[in-house]
Amino acid sequence: MDTQILDMDTAEKVAAIPIDEIDVARPSLFQNDTIGLFFDRLRKEDPVHYCRESYVGPYWSITKFDDIMAVDTNHKVFSSEAKLGGIAIQDMHSVEGGLELEMFIAMDPPKHDQQRKAVTPSVAPSNLQLLEPIIRERASEILDQLPVGEEFDWVDKVSVELTTMTLATLFDFPWEERRKLTRWSDITTAAPETGIVESYEARREELIECAMYFKGLWEQRVNEEPRNDLISMMAHSPATKDMPFLEFLGNLLLLIVGGNDTTRNSISGGVLALNQNPDEYRKLNDDPSLIASMVPEIIRWQTPLTHMRRTALEDYEIGGKQIKKGDKVVMWYLSGNRDGSVIDRADEFIIDRKNPRHHLSFGYGIHRCMGNRLAELQLRIIWEEIHKRFSKVEVTGEPERLFSNLVRGITKLPVRLHAR
Amino acid sequence: MIKVTFVASDGERREVEIEEGETAREAALFNDVPGIDGDCGGVCACATCHVFVDPEWIDKVGRIMDDGMEADLLQFAEGTTEYSRLACQIPMKPMLDGLVLHVPEEQY
Repeated sequence: MDTQILDMDTAEKVAAIPIDEIDVARPSLFQNDTIGLFFDRLRKEDPVHYCRESYVGPYWSITKFDDIMAVDTNHKVFSSEAKLGGIAIQDMHSVEGGLELEMFIAMDPPKHDQQRKAVTPSVAPSNLQLLEPIIRERASEILDQLPVGEEFDWVDKVSVELTTMTLATLFDFPWEERRKLTRWSDITTAAPETGIVESYEARREELIECAMYFKGLWEQRVNEEPRNDLISMMAHSPATKDMPFLEFLGNLLLLIVGGNDTTRNSISGGVLALNQNPDEYRKLNDDPSLIASMVPEIIRWQTPLTHMRRTALEDYEIGGKQIKKGDKVVMWYLSGNRDGSVIDRADEFIIDRKNPRHHLSFGYGIHRCMGNRLAELQLRIIWEEIHKRFSKVEVTGEPERLFSNLVRGITKLPVRLHAR
Repeated sequence: MIKVTFVASDGERREVEIEEGETAREAALFNDVPGIDGDCGGVCACATCHVFVDPEWIDKVGRIMDDGMEADLLQFAEGTTEYSRLACQIPMKPMLDGLVLHVPEEQY
């Protein structure tokens, strides 16, 4: 099985599209995994690309590593502010029946800084040291319950389960109800056409239910001694304790999505990548100490969030193109992570790569993923525990991918385990 | 060549040499000094080359500017002090020969 080999027809068709007509916002390109062909063309022929018409309106695509870095680190020119459109290619607050959520990822300084500082200690290295044995124990339990030699869905049984458990631990969320977190994460990034929610109104209802649930937990923790879980931290920090309702809900959902979708898809993506690159799988089996460099390589390879978006606050020239004040600017991390001018053999999955953390998946600058080390920790633990038990997690059928231009998701991955 | 000593969180000292014009980040990475990650490539875009400048050297190195990317990034790092800097923002020059930098337990 090799899903990397696309039929020639597709490659020829992509090559024939006039460059001006290339629109990489179409979610179907991510679902059928042909998006790479489009990004290859843009990086070569038009690295800072303007798309005049799309279902999300006109937008700029930034596709090369260094240009993405330049935009990401210039928060004074490139705003994340929700009211200007926020951080995704589809404008926040643009949807009929949607909720006008506010979250610090979609704020500029100084408010962003205050709120982010309130929650970062939960994922700081010292707190992660406390979490490691808990995550390992839970990962072991998940793996020990899997059927060996039978086909099952890796996404549901492992990827979702492990990230949900970690999230429940971070929030100190009622254990038996932890799959609620998965559901809330899924619907936060979902549009009706994905089939995950029926309509924006239905999504709104569910999110309000989520907020009410967390409000209950909040009220309980605000009256207790401060602890190390995220809810307690937010309830006690001066920067976050008096948040208006939509800001409260927005920041919670940010932490849920940030800690869920992304790691989940990297766990699945790693299994797929190793199956597509059997030599790398052999290297791993021969030398499990390579897990340390394999983990960031998986995160680069998967790029679980394909992009982040900014809005230009002033005119700005990049790559010889003139971006105008008010323009929508999309940094395609997925493309920058395949930029061969910065990353050696960028289109290959290499688990013992030098400088494997030099990738864009976490973003850079003040909005850089605050959970980056937690994500790496989870992936490291799961691979260490897999290695102890199984000689191979064999992919037995085609993966199914998410219909989304933001979350690079694997929704189904049939596998069979080989005992060590 | 300019000498730099990195002191690990457990107290272990490593003296390395680096050419003038490179930064303290390169001094660590080129010599495989553990504890400095430098994920972004040395362009002041993450905070994974955080160091504590030895108090005796802080005036020669200079303190962090209040208003700038380095301070913007370091505000989210763990355990920062008045001696915190990003190693990628410390260009090595002869006056820093013998510099002592303390490495935090972990970077993120």
